[in-house]
Amino acid sequence: MSKFVLDKLQERFGAAILETHSDFGDDTAVVAPKAWKAVCQFLRKDHALDFDLPVDLCGVDYPNRVDAGRMEVVMHLYSISKRHRIRLKARVGDAEMEGAEIDSVTSIWPGMDWLEREVFDMSGVRFRGHPDLRRILMYPEFEGHPLQRTYPADRTQPLIEYRTEEEAGVPLGKLEPFGPDEGMSFGRHGPPRVENGRSEND
Amino acid sequence: MGDLGQATSLTLEGSEQGYATTRVDDLLGWARKYSLFAYPFVTACCGMEFMALTSPRFDLARFGAEAPRFSPRQSDLLWVVGTISQRQGPVLKRIYEQMMEPKWVLAFGTCASSGGFYDNYTTIAGTDKIIPTDVYIPGCPPRPEAVLDGLMLLQDKIASGGRRAGVVKPRFDPAQNASGLVQLRKSAKDPRDLLPAIEKIEQGERKARGLGHGGQT
Repeated sequence: MSKFVLDKLQERFGAAILETHSDFGDDTAVVAPKAWKAVCQFLRKDHALDFDLPVDLCGVDYPNRVDAGRMEVVMHLYSISKRHRIRLKARVGDAEMEGAEIDSVTSIWPGMDWLEREVFDMSGVRFRGHPDLRRILMYPEFEGHPLQRTYPADRTQPLIEYRTEEEAGVPLGKLEPFGPDEGMSFGRHGPPRVENGRSEND
Repeated sequence: MGDLGQATSLTLEGSEQGYATTRVDDLLGWARKYSLFAYPFVTACCGMEFMALTSPRFDLARFGAEAPRFSPRQSDLLWVVGTISQRQGPVLKRIYEQMMEPKWVLAFGTCASSGGFYDNYTTIAGTDKIIPTDVYIPGCPPRPEAVLDGLMLLQDKIASGGRRAGVVKPRFDPAQNASGLVQLRKSAKDPRDLLPAIEKIEQGERKARGLGHGGQT
């Protein structure tokens, strides 16, 4: 669709564009974290590109990727005037999320402000130069970043103490008909078993 | 005078005595259960069903529970409608603490009752983790009939002064009976081929419910 955007990026930034692919009409460029802001500036300012709409920003955790940066910052951009899209990725942080930092692009797109706060809150990526980098969804007392794969799935951090059964005088476990595994039955126990090409439900 | 005396004796027909006895608790319970002033704490999609419930079609006024009070200090019944996140926990608890005794809490829907499928870092797994809860209504969202069941459970609880929490039982759980489940198979070339089978199952169901109107038993 917009392969020429990738060509322009590679022509301009060369080795800072680590890899590209354009499958099924989606064009993606993996950018070196150091070139992140310069690439964004170029995409915004170049008249042929003119990416004026920051669509989304999110973090994707790959805990097993030890060599190339564990946390992937993914940005989707769209140009309303030129009607083309691109997806940018940058890989930051090691296995312990050390050095998970990247330049803020709020000076280029003011709308990225809250999106960067969300990525910081959920994934723990710190944005250099962000005007107000604090949590946006979770509360300030919250420890850790819940969308990191290393965050335990069953860890909650209540703001007020839960009642105990002695205090309440009644059982507080899940009553019938709510099962102990109410919700997330597949998430906690793995996907349904498939034998000989047939699942249990067949 | 004679007429008046006759009329008075007519109202006491069948009784030797001119008075009735009860306990103060029972009288108070009877009065309270028909004058529930509600505080709706609506946080999520169950709120849509709550609106349906409070519409004239289901006529909550039959139970004396139709008047909402948007101050916790004036209400007796806290409707917790929807998912309670960890961030809302302190707010909900504070609202509960501001209510005057006697007070009751009704958990509307699976999320308010047990957290539902939000079994994660941000959701409180049921209002009973932070405040005492009197009635749980499962359903995602519960049908208004189920909520009325829950309200009647609460009325019974108020009248009897019981402490146990009430849980509304599902009316019909198709998963209990495998023959009640219709499975779509790829072998069926035309989906309409399944219609006779579905009709047969529905007939059996209606028979099992004693041919009641709409199965409202």
